[in-house]
Amino acid sequence: MTNIKTRELPLHAIAHARAGDKGNVSNISLIAYLPEAYDFLKNEVSEAKVEALFSHLGAGAVKRYALPNLHAFNFVIEDALDGGVNASRSLDRHGKTLSFILLSRLILDIPETLIPQGSPYCDPDFNWR
Amino acid sequence: MDGQVYIANGAGFSGDRFDAAVPLVAHLATCMGPRYLMFEVLAERTIAQAQIAKVKDPGAGYSPYLENYLHPILRDVQKHQIKIVSNMGAANPAAAANHIHRLADEMGLAPFKIAILIGDDVTGYLERQAIMEAETMEGTSLAGRDLCSANAYLGGDAVAKALDTGADIVLVGRTTDSALVLGPLIHEFGWQEEALDKLAAGTICGHLLECGGQVTGAYFADPGFKDVPDLAGVGFPLAEIRSDGQFTITKADGTGGCVTKATVTEQLLYEMHDPSCYVVPDVSADVTSMELIEEAPNRIKVVGIKGHARPEKLKVTVCVDGGYMAEAEMTYAGLNALKRAKLAGEVVLSRMRASGHNADIRMDILGAYSVLDGGRAEQMDGKMLPFDGDYRVRLALISEDRDTAQLLCDELQHLYCSGPAGGGGYRAAVTEQMASASILLDRALIAPHMKAEVIAHD
Repeated sequence: MTNIKTRELPLHAIAHARAGDKGNVSNISLIAYLPEAYDFLKNEVSEAKVEALFSHLGAGAVKRYALPNLHAFNFVIEDALDGGVNASRSLDRHGKTLSFILLSRLILDIPETLIPQGSPYCDPDFNWR
Repeated sequence: MDGQVYIANGAGFSGDRFDAAVPLVAHLATCMGPRYLMFEVLAERTIAQAQIAKVKDPGAGYSPYLENYLHPILRDVQKHQIKIVSNMGAANPAAAANHIHRLADEMGLAPFKIAILIGDDVTGYLERQAIMEAETMEGTSLAGRDLCSANAYLGGDAVAKALDTGADIVLVGRTTDSALVLGPLIHEFGWQEEALDKLAAGTICGHLLECGGQVTGAYFADPGFKDVPDLAGVGFPLAEIRSDGQFTITKADGTGGCVTKATVTEQLLYEMHDPSCYVVPDVSADVTSMELIEEAPNRIKVVGIKGHARPEKLKVTVCVDGGYMAEAEMTYAGLNALKRAKLAGEVVLSRMRASGHNADIRMDILGAYSVLDGGRAEQMDGKMLPFDGDYRVRLALISEDRDTAQLLCDELQHLYCSGPAGGGGYRAAVTEQMASASILLDRALIAPHMKAEVIAHD
């Protein structure tokens, strides 16, 4: 295992996501581009880490659901939407942009083998910061 | 029915593209078997707004875009015997049906047989007090508010009953969005209440179709990382459903977008909570053992969906008045723009406090901290932000009182002559708000009022 090269990268390098809303609850899917990235996400993207990412929004508990067949997860984040679409003062009342908190702000040591071919992240000099 | 049923979706929300159904109708015309075109145009708040419109004018209260969606396709739909199922009826399906009759006349078409579904509007048969005092499962507290609307989510069984009248077009008010797909499947295949896996499959098929292009490459593109061909011409989705519940998601030939395992997975989990129990009136669907199979380019087969017993209670969305929202913005650009934008916001906040308005005001600085930051300046800490930049201060509040909302806008406008250097591009709006809550009511309170009616051409 010691010879697998890793790089400090955001989840955006290996996964995609979409946010949905129901009342004041946000749900954000996290889908690995490559099925082999599923186990890495399972080990590294815990409920506690996601809760910390969203705490500044006043978010409460986070529940993670696993869908191994689809190499995907669904995160359900309570109280993340300033009251929900009918009460929020955010420019984005549905919280549709919030999927990019998960993709942009969780920086991990990611094995290079989990980055899909052709991705700009394959280039070690790609400046994503 | 042993063959396949074809269901296409021409709209995923009330403001979706008006021309999306045209290639779908052309495609459906080549399919052998029962063919349906759905339009999903009814958000939670849309029905409350429609209810208010109907109170003001008994002939209103349905989708203002009815003609925009139907005019381009009505002739071909009739020619090829494609049925239409839509929630364009909103708060007034009967008026919507009459509008379609008039439109068909104007277009020189034979009359359509149009059925509507009623019973979702519980204010028609339940006491106001019973609604307002019901326990809310989520959302605003209803106490002391003015009731605008209360609509139960009806299921696929109800939509099927409307189709059982032999209608060419079925117009509903509030049903689950997926019921617009499950209804035709129950009607065609005769799926019974016990056929839980099939009902679940039909529900998930509906869930995948209901947002239109969101399953065919729209709301998906991330250029350079997740590319979508011809997003401008994205083809809306079409499902081929078999009697055993297995189905394939695809789109019309020659359209843009793409149908891949990735697009289908994103839409599958959209607005879903626990993937082992996605609850609709007909069934509780479980997608944890679901599999996606790429049959061919732009053809994804979906198998392995399980169903569990349907819920005893139905969800009812209650909308009440929700005060006023004020949003006001001003841009600062160039050197030291961030500090000037921040000072601008602080001036307004301080003047609002000084005039005794302690409303909770949110301040964002677009370009520095905003939607991902909850409007919290401390989220900027440690961020490298350009000193020579382009920043827009935005203040927002919600108040019961229209004057307070207006004052925030006025104060921001005053910055033109009384704020920091170089502010420009003031925009502001005060909008009336609707608050909502979900309550659960016993099915037995609602079921007896759920009826299909054929609206004859007058």
